[in-house]
Amino acid sequence: MTTLVTIGLEVHVQLASKTKIFCGCAVRFASAPNSQVCPVCLGLPGTLPVLNREVFRLGLKAVLALGGTPSKTIRFDRKNYFYPDLPKGYQISQFADPLGSGGLIEIGSGESLKRVRINRLHLEEDAGKLIHDQSEVSSFVDLNRAGTPLAEIVSEPDLESSEEAYEYLSSLKAILKSIGVSECDMEKGQLRCDANVSVRKLREEPLGKKVEVKNLNSFKAVKAAIEHEIVRQSEALEKGEKIPQETRLWDEARQKTFSMRSKEEAHDYRYFPEPDLVPFSVTPKEIEEARASLPELPKAKKERFMREFQLSDYDASLLSAQNEVAELFETAVKKSLMDAKVAANWITGPVFAYLSERNVSLSQTALTTALLADTAGLVQKGSVSFQAAKEKIFPEVIEKGLDPKMVMKEKNLEQVSDDSALDRWISEVILDNPKVVAEFKGGKETSAMFLVGQVMKKSQGKAHPAKVQSMIRQKLKE
Amino acid sequence: MSLAQKTAFQLLELYRNKKASEEEALTDVVSAVHTKDRDTRSIHAYIDLEHSTPLQKQVSGPLAGIPIALKDNICVEGREATCASEILKGFVSPYSATVVEKLLNAGAVIFGRTNMDEFAFGSSCETSCYGPTRNPRDPERVPGGSSGGSAACVADDTAIASLGSDTGGSIRQPAAFCGVVGMKPTYGRVSRYGLIAFASSLDQIGPITKDVRDNALLLSVIAGHDSKDSTSANVSVPDYLKALEDTKLSGMKIGYPLEIQKDLTPDAAKLMTEAVKILEKKGAVIDRSITLPHTKYAVNVYYIVAPSEASSNLARFDGVRFGHRAAATANLLSMYENTRGHGFGAEAKRRIILGTYSLSSGYYDAYYVKAMKVRTLIKNDFDEAFKKVDAILMPTAPSAAFKLGEKTKDPLEMYLSDIYTISANLAGIPAISIPGALSEGGLPLGLQFLAKPFAEETLYKIAHSYEEALK
Amino acid sequence: MKHIDLAHVARLARLRFSDEELKKYEAQVEEILKFVDQLKAVNVEGIEPTSHPLKLSNVFREDMPAPAFSVEEVLKRAPRSRGRFFEVPKIIEDKTR
Repeated sequence: MTTLVTIGLEVHVQLASKTKIFCGCAVRFASAPNSQVCPVCLGLPGTLPVLNREVFRLGLKAVLALGGTPSKTIRFDRKNYFYPDLPKGYQISQFADPLGSGGLIEIGSGESLKRVRINRLHLEEDAGKLIHDQSEVSSFVDLNRAGTPLAEIVSEPDLESSEEAYEYLSSLKAILKSIGVSECDMEKGQLRCDANVSVRKLREEPLGKKVEVKNLNSFKAVKAAIEHEIVRQSEALEKGEKIPQETRLWDEARQKTFSMRSKEEAHDYRYFPEPDLVPFSVTPKEIEEARASLPELPKAKKERFMREFQLSDYDASLLSAQNEVAELFETAVKKSLMDAKVAANWITGPVFAYLSERNVSLSQTALTTALLADTAGLVQKGSVSFQAAKEKIFPEVIEKGLDPKMVMKEKNLEQVSDDSALDRWISEVILDNPKVVAEFKGGKETSAMFLVGQVMKKSQGKAHPAKVQSMIRQKLKE
Repeated sequence: MSLAQKTAFQLLELYRNKKASEEEALTDVVSAVHTKDRDTRSIHAYIDLEHSTPLQKQVSGPLAGIPIALKDNICVEGREATCASEILKGFVSPYSATVVEKLLNAGAVIFGRTNMDEFAFGSSCETSCYGPTRNPRDPERVPGGSSGGSAACVADDTAIASLGSDTGGSIRQPAAFCGVVGMKPTYGRVSRYGLIAFASSLDQIGPITKDVRDNALLLSVIAGHDSKDSTSANVSVPDYLKALEDTKLSGMKIGYPLEIQKDLTPDAAKLMTEAVKILEKKGAVIDRSITLPHTKYAVNVYYIVAPSEASSNLARFDGVRFGHRAAATANLLSMYENTRGHGFGAEAKRRIILGTYSLSSGYYDAYYVKAMKVRTLIKNDFDEAFKKVDAILMPTAPSAAFKLGEKTKDPLEMYLSDIYTISANLAGIPAISIPGALSEGGLPLGLQFLAKPFAEETLYKIAHSYEEALK
Repeated sequence: MKHIDLAHVARLARLRFSDEELKKYEAQVEEILKFVDQLKAVNVEGIEPTSHPLKLSNVFREDMPAPAFSVEEVLKRAPRSRGRFFEVPKIIEDKTR
């Protein structure tokens, strides 16, 4: 039985403004409960919303970066429902005339390039937080998050696998980060994702019935949940069962989705135009200016890196994903005149390892383009081995901003490349290991490595390994 | 004579000439309130007299030392604001409405919370959880609503002036019933920040006063742009008092719409005949060819649009963060339903039901959207008319104040008494009601003037001239 | 022909009615709806709805922090609170978040 898998993703992104969307409360992660609340976001009687200009600007940037078109007239609507974390009893959102519609995100490359269409991007306010596990009889409400600005980005159901979904999310995150619209850190609640998954028999009912999966807290969870759902729905279809349209929750611990116990009421949100907010519009001139001010987006940057610096797809992807990293790379090559491949190796290797280990961003380290170039330069010149530079010099450079040459001298790491010194050690090792020498002469290639190792030991790691290797081979050939 | 019987202007002059002091005036007002408005058997314009303390922040300004009463849906920091509803009893606002800040900055003395229809739903002040207010002209009759208390205290000289709110006539109709002056400004003229919302696209706060001059003075203080209200107009506030300098109306074109000329009650017909005579004598030209063909649908439109917005505005009254919460709350659903079921009165529940229904799936297009489109037609009618005339004339209400309990059995009958006031709210235009004539039974009949957006000056000029003619 | 399923609308609006009240309100609301139905006669072809009577647009506030309430002030009016939170009857299954 051939099945058709259709997936759509609804992503809520927290916009990186200083204050909430309709009031002046600061937006801060993990503040003490109910410490970031004012009469407006508390929903007190008589209060009124006023739109944050920065939120509008960030949202517009996102629309344009995704290739979408702003609506001619942009309006807000009320989405009416009752819930304790929704102070006004309605959420100010957008229904009929969103900030933008259309656009696409490209995933894959070359032959496997796929364009995933975006349906819309709209602005809305977030609700507060509810806590259910502190008591048997009560739930608790924290309104710090109420009024936080969100951009809801809805994809068309163009995705067909969990891998595609994962890639879509990664690309979306890279784009939004690169334009400074959001950090998209799921752990900090800056990005939330719901997945709509539908598996149906080919040539069967048209799209319409879908299962919505919620409670996905990481990109990995999104991938796993989609995979699980595909299997679950496929098995159901095989058994001839009907798949009900419903909302299911992802259980991270058990790695499966489960249906909600209570029958979900069909929500009637009674959308109508928000009378407390006036309509908004952007002129073609403003759109052009905003578009012109967009930085080079990750995909374009990646392609340019591949072209300009002859990097592999893999390296180019890694280097173009974040603005800071891309800038470090480009400046290193263009200003400090590093070799592109060498720079790529250093950045995707030791630099990334350091950042991930310490969980910091590049700007939080002491690394500069000059320092990186100097460190790499020592290896190029043969003053130290790559191993020594990576393990002993680089950590000091990136953490404390020390001059690599100075560190090398202080730690006494300078490699010996002097032929006579090397020759002396090599001769000694050859004399000390006649059996191994004989093995090498007898055809065992790996014996040479053993001898190199012995020279390294004798020189306390300071011999230039490559040079030692070629000298040994030379000597033994004689 | 008690200083409570003076107008604001008269008091300001007495203060200036040191013939009376601000303390004396306040004492007289407070004493009048405590004597005449003591309990629910009296006029009962005020709520909660025991806890009413005067509030003044500045000693100088255009309203220095003038006591002003506020309708119970206008927030004052540290004071109760209940909209005359059980669900908000005990609610103390942590902030003041912008109009309150403006009054205080002008030196006014805030004194007294006035009674109203619950959540401003009503035209008679009979749905208050505190009991009804009575008409000072005839205590067997209603003062009008929803700003019944605000109009009654001014008419009864238990206030110098007051603020009310108008969504479908709630300032003008009680002003008419009580024989005082009430102005509903252009939508966006006065900030709504701190006004507990009924219908967001219709509500406006406005002054209720003993004469037109006081009204112009009060509006000049409370009008103006407010950055806390997105729907607040960024239009400069003219000197409204200047409009009162010349009482001749020569050159003024006043429209008397065809539709209004028909179906007048005997009292209204008498009022209009007299009005036309007086205005013409003052030099105005009355244009009887003006037509407002869609105003006959105004009440139908209003009773979809207003309850729809109200049903949403009242969703925040859920017992979670403030206000009343029902005692028996087995689960979240019953907490909501019991809190709101007990906390809201009958008219409030009716309007919430009507509004929820009009917005609900399957009915939204047929009701809400349709009503909003007819609203455009009504607005267009006025735009057209104001190309030909400077102002429009009509009665404020079909008749004088009706008796308490007379219209409470049939909601629809009550709604239909708003027929002349509603269209100004739908169109967003300013409208003023002044005492026009007396009914057959000797009760006040209000005369209403409407003008195009931000033309309050025109209204004050005409109203002042008319007022002078009646003296 | 009856317009309204009052019990359903009451549920949407979180209002509790006794059976008696339900009947009474239903009759009153029916009458009002019959009245507003007169709008059916109006031709609104090509007419835009008016959501805002004033022709205002693009009203913003600047992204500058303003002081928030203290937690005491936030919770002061709450019918029930515990510690730093508002307290409500327990929600068994959090559907929407």
